[in-house]
Amino acid sequence: MSTHNVTISINGTPVSANVPARLLLVHFIRENAGQTGTHCGCDTTSCGACTVQINGTPVKSCTVLTVQADGAELTTVEGLANKDGSLHALQEGFTSCHGLHCGFCTPGMLMTSAALIKENPDPTEDEIRWGISGNLCRCTGYNNIVKSVQYAAAKLRGVDPSTVVDVPSLRK
Amino acid sequence: MTETPINGLGSSMKRKEDVRFIQGKGRYIEDINIPGQIWMDIVRSPYAHAKIKNIDTTAAAKIPGVLGFITGKDLDKYGLAWMPTLMSDKQMVLPIDTVKYQAQEVVAVLATDRYSAADGVAAVVVDYEPLPVVVDPFKALLPGATKVRDDKESNHIWHWETGDREATDAIIKTAHTVVREKIYIPRIHVASIETCGCVAQWDSINKHLTMYMTTQAPHVIRTVIALVTGHLGLSEENIRVVSPDIGGGFGGKVPVYPGYVIAIAASVLLGKPVKWIEDRSENLQADSFARDYHMDAELAADKDGRITALRIKTIADHGYTDASANPSKYPAGMFSVCTGSYDYATAFTEADAAYTNKPPGGVAYRCSFRVTEAVHAIERMVDIMAHERGEDPADFRFRNFIKKEQFPYKSALGWEFDSGDYHKALRLAMDMIGYEDLRKEQLEKRARGELMGIGISSFTEIVGAGPSKDFDILGIKMFDSAEIRIHPTGKAIARFGTKSQGQGHETTYAQIIAQELGIPAEHIKIEEGDTDTAPYGLGTYASRSTPTAGAAAAMSARKIREKARKIAAHLLEAAEEDLVWDTNKFYVKGTPGKSKTIQELAFAAYTNYPQGMEAGLENSFYYDPPNLTFPFGSYICVVDIDRGTGKVAIRRFVAIDDCGTRINPMIIEGQVHGGLTMGFAPAMMEQMQYDENGNLYGGTLMDYLVPTAVESPRWEVGETTTPSPHHPIGAKGVGESPTVGAPPAFVNAVVDAMWHLGVRHIDIPMTPDKVWGLLKKHGAALEE
Ligand code: FES
Ligand code: FES
Repeated sequence: MSTHNVTISINGTPVSANVPARLLLVHFIRENAGQTGTHCGCDTTSCGACTVQINGTPVKSCTVLTVQADGAELTTVEGLANKDGSLHALQEGFTSCHGLHCGFCTPGMLMTSAALIKENPDPTEDEIRWGISGNLCRCTGYNNIVKSVQYAAAKLRGVDPSTVVDVPSLRK
Repeated sequence: MTETPINGLGSSMKRKEDVRFIQGKGRYIEDINIPGQIWMDIVRSPYAHAKIKNIDTTAAAKIPGVLGFITGKDLDKYGLAWMPTLMSDKQMVLPIDTVKYQAQEVVAVLATDRYSAADGVAAVVVDYEPLPVVVDPFKALLPGATKVRDDKESNHIWHWETGDREATDAIIKTAHTVVREKIYIPRIHVASIETCGCVAQWDSINKHLTMYMTTQAPHVIRTVIALVTGHLGLSEENIRVVSPDIGGGFGGKVPVYPGYVIAIAASVLLGKPVKWIEDRSENLQADSFARDYHMDAELAADKDGRITALRIKTIADHGYTDASANPSKYPAGMFSVCTGSYDYATAFTEADAAYTNKPPGGVAYRCSFRVTEAVHAIERMVDIMAHERGEDPADFRFRNFIKKEQFPYKSALGWEFDSGDYHKALRLAMDMIGYEDLRKEQLEKRARGELMGIGISSFTEIVGAGPSKDFDILGIKMFDSAEIRIHPTGKAIARFGTKSQGQGHETTYAQIIAQELGIPAEHIKIEEGDTDTAPYGLGTYASRSTPTAGAAAAMSARKIREKARKIAAHLLEAAEEDLVWDTNKFYVKGTPGKSKTIQELAFAAYTNYPQGMEAGLENSFYYDPPNLTFPFGSYICVVDIDRGTGKVAIRRFVAIDDCGTRINPMIIEGQVHGGLTMGFAPAMMEQMQYDENGNLYGGTLMDYLVPTAVESPRWEVGETTTPSPHHPIGAKGVGESPTVGAPPAFVNAVVDAMWHLGVRHIDIPMTPDKVWGLLKKHGAALEE
């Protein structure tokens, strides 16, 4: 098995290692970089729990070889919060709208929807549903995940989220 | 500074556990790494039934990183090749000479890392001699059928029956109307997004085992390990089971899978911590299935449309061993709740279980023991009866519902339904959806040749197992526990015998205690899952946590409050009976100004308590429920069917749930959404199908269709609140009601759309090809 030197920036910190050619990126992130927020639910590109952003694009990291990401800038859930340490609008949205139960799909959901609302700041419900359709959640039934994304998109547009989504925690 | 709110019952406070989950700081099984750990991977059988003629590990042993192998023969030396199941059957850990289902574990490979372990698995050569395969449970039960198990007389596992056979037969024989239908609830799989896994760490110096594993019932697992390995010197005080954050359970993480046991053996034999994480295909192919009930149901009614009797005969396919997880006395779980929400005195139900060459299981799929099957049967039959009589299914239900004033109600099969108001829930659902208008629209559409259907399901759940007189698992009574300690500054920690897998226990348990003691829920830390620290409990499944451990939390908190009362009497120099509790403090009757808050009392419990009193403020409580709880609800689904493709569009779905007293409405709503979606999934998409050789068709998430956000319906939810009269806070449990109640609403809607064509029934999943086949058969399919 050939090995290769790679340097990959994870949430702004470069991580260098000599890795086997076949090492999956998700394992590099979790084991070499020790960032275990990125999960692995299938390692066959079905569930999306492993979604990270490579140079800003959401990618299922179980389906990328580490060597393919050499030199790339990766963002994982651990790097999602704002620079000042406050939570990203999506993190706030998921907890305000109860967009998670067990939390296993959540990091992938967050990374997919972060890219989604960056590209489309005011998505329709259908656009959100299609946008996250590569990410499976077994617990929530998605209704509140959709609302979480709507919450965050509203907040980032400067709109009061409680005027956009109706969830028990926001009811006055 | 604003005061921290107490957030007791009824508060939609945000979940405390979310803080770590949204920042990638959950700690799931795969996140646990022990220095020096090695990896385990498993060679699995490609055949559903075969003799193992030879296992050759020579080539695999040469692969760099591969450290060793474990076979059934190795385990047999220690008496560990077989293990008992929870249903007093037995299950192979690793086979000595024969495999009984596809994907059964055959050889474990140990290696320095997961990639080398996988290489080793690929290089192990197993020589099999295929044997005849039994996949159909009906054929399995025929005389002379090939035997699945050499150690058994036949493929018949057990017969179970309850009710009055003769009286039921007599009524059905002479009834004015009898409807009969064969209903199959297919084999499905929970497919939690996190698969199963463990890290087994054996410490040979201290003879101590730490077992990190994905389990919904850590305490029972500890006892099982102690019982199974006692002869090898493992002793229960030296076994610590830790269930970390769990990425969804739904019943699939109750059983003891062979992989866990092999990992323990490997850690002992190789002297290193052993990590095993299933991949998705292993999870789908080999971990416990749910359902697989073939039911033959008959419902009788008199000329006025009153139900008079129900009879159901079931064939249950259990795979090659009975490894379900029911309370000992109930091999078919709580199936006898099948009389439903209706008032009639006579019923009989029986079930026969069969061995087949399929994986074992028969566990839940986000439902209480076999309740989904029972609810499906009665809710389908009631709808068929209504249609047969040419009557609106809502009217038929209203006439037959158990009335509010009849509770507590003794059901025909012996349960005491604790409380309910079925009329109110259905009426509310009809109002929310605009039922009468929809019926008008349906008639107009039908006149135009369009197919629209409206389906109702008015279900009664049975959860919270259970009272010790009837409920045990392996003899251990099904109580559950809470242990609360109040710190000197008035903050608290509480530990439980249950284990959340996403239900939000860290929040809801804190809210129950907050309600009882007035300590803000934010300052009550909840812990579960570590058997070294948590009190013993039976775990989380079958919606039992709130009915049992939630009750224990309230009872334990009340004991603490009583001790606080004594301290308050001492501090306020008043008689105990003159003290009145209000939210978070005791005051002297008539003098509200003379009071002590729980925080002051907690401090005094360590600094200034009465002479002769024990210091501290803590309690542990084991709650033995006096009865089960009976959540209920009414669901209405509206569908439109495409006559060209057979596709069923879910237009609307209204769900009214009654789970008694509501602890956190936000969490309840979330549980209902999730449960409904896991009711939708098997109704419309999911099924584990096998060919005649026992090959599974859908062993990956590419072909086992878990709904995405695109297929999943938009849910409209509402509630009624009928507190349980026997639960300390009146709560009943909710996580599974929707999974139980939803499927027949979908089927009833689809059949309702096509009844006039002559369609009486359709088995789930209602895939477009199946619906289109029915349309074609009845001359209603649109073809080019
Ligand atoms: S782990 Fe990558 S898609 Fe499932
Ligand atoms: S929250 Fe459990 S899988 Fe999504």
